[in-house]
Amino acid sequence: MAAQFKRIQLDAYYSKYLQRGRRPDGRALDAFRKTILNVGSIRTADGSALVRLGNTTVVCGVKAELAAPRPDAPTKGYVVPNVELPAMCGPDFRPGPPAELAQVTSQLMLDVVRHSGCVSEERLCVADGELVWVLYCDVVCLAYDGNLADACVVALLAALTNTRLPAVTLDDETKRERVDADVRVPLDVLSYPVATSFAVVDERVLLADPNAEEESLATAVVTVVTLESGQLCIVHKPGGSPIALEEMERCIELSLARAKQIRQLEKETRLSLER
Amino acid sequence: MRFKQIGIILETDARTIMENIRCQPSSLTRPDGSATFYEGDTTVVAAVYGPTEVKLSKEQIDKATVEVTFKPKQGLPGCAEKAKESMIRSTCESALLCMLHPRTAVNIVLQEMQDSGSLLSCCINAACQALMNAGVSMRFVVAAVSCVLDSEDQIVLFPELKQEQDAKAKMTFVFASNSNNVVLATSSGIISPKLFQKCLITSQEAGTKTFELYRDWLSKQN
Repeated sequence: MAAQFKRIQLDAYYSKYLQRGRRPDGRALDAFRKTILNVGSIRTADGSALVRLGNTTVVCGVKAELAAPRPDAPTKGYVVPNVELPAMCGPDFRPGPPAELAQVTSQLMLDVVRHSGCVSEERLCVADGELVWVLYCDVVCLAYDGNLADACVVALLAALTNTRLPAVTLDDETKRERVDADVRVPLDVLSYPVATSFAVVDERVLLADPNAEEESLATAVVTVVTLESGQLCIVHKPGGSPIALEEMERCIELSLARAKQIRQLEKETRLSLER
Repeated sequence: MRFKQIGIILETDARTIMENIRCQPSSLTRPDGSATFYEGDTTVVAAVYGPTEVKLSKEQIDKATVEVTFKPKQGLPGCAEKAKESMIRSTCESALLCMLHPRTAVNIVLQEMQDSGSLLSCCINAACQALMNAGVSMRFVVAAVSCVLDSEDQIVLFPELKQEQDAKAKMTFVFASNSNNVVLATSSGIISPKLFQKCLITSQEAGTKTFELYRDWLSKQN
């Protein structure tokens, strides 16, 4: 009976739960799903991470390549993030050109890398004007159950922290690079941005870490990216129903608390790997 | 426009806003509604066709489908343009009474004429004015405000291109006329939550002044 009701009138079904301050999956309105992080599992990549945020599973692989720098920035390397939503990750995705969600999330990843300064582009430079490191960060969603942005940012940062670049020297005489694949230098990650997303349902109720069902009901979505210093890096509410200033403040507060949890998780994962 | 007192808009600066923001409604003859919006030197022309026929694949049985096309002045539209279109579409969807026109489409076309900073806010304001000009029923009207935090932690509203490029943090906020709540908020650049709140409040006040301007223009038209 409840299953049929849910199928036919999802919004009424949710209202009944939200009135009591709970969600159908048992979580409180500001609770996050269980987050599991696994790093370094892909041996062929220079750095990798696998994140499970509830049922949303995302894997990120970092491949470092050497290339000529961009003409407008001869002393800087660059990071190229790309998010893919293949057909297997959910029933709403078909094979073909990237879905709008994939493009928007890729743009968000690029903004996070650019504005947080997590990777110093100057340090990716091997030889000014001639040779720089380019980090291709491919984020692939294996299962989609809402909140892609959060999972992708965690995966990206964990993979970058896990990345080890081979030592490179540029021979001045022959102008050819010499790559020593056995000597690996960890990539310098200068800051650790964490994204937290919220869905606004019924134009009033704020839900943290929405799953796919909640996202389909949402009238607006807010994503806040914060740094360890407690500062904001990106705030992204791309339209949707209006929210009060106090709600915005609440999103920021919850994001800062959540970010601490994620950084703690990443630290524990990294330490367990070293042991 | 600099605001030395953070959080409070001085009367002299309010006048500066009023002088720099201008709108030319019905600037095009063929669309159902159109407007040319000026924020300083930044100019965007918006055209609205709707409610009109919709492609079967995009048809929604309970509401109108809002489609936004943004055309940059030069080059082909890319990823950044797609992101702008998506934001403008979400804003207009929440502002329009889409439920009144099921199985139809409202097409908004924006052409960038000149970009001297604050482009996203100019686009959204132009789209709103064009929708009003077309007479499409709206739940509320919107006012978009661009804001940057410069290197000295001063808030600058409706910045010019150079101010935008040198800024520590860049923000655009859109407010609804009925509740003054935040419809859209995008911020990029490192900023403390306190300063972010101050920028938000200052922008909200600028939004209120913009709504007064809209009322002024409408009353002059009639």
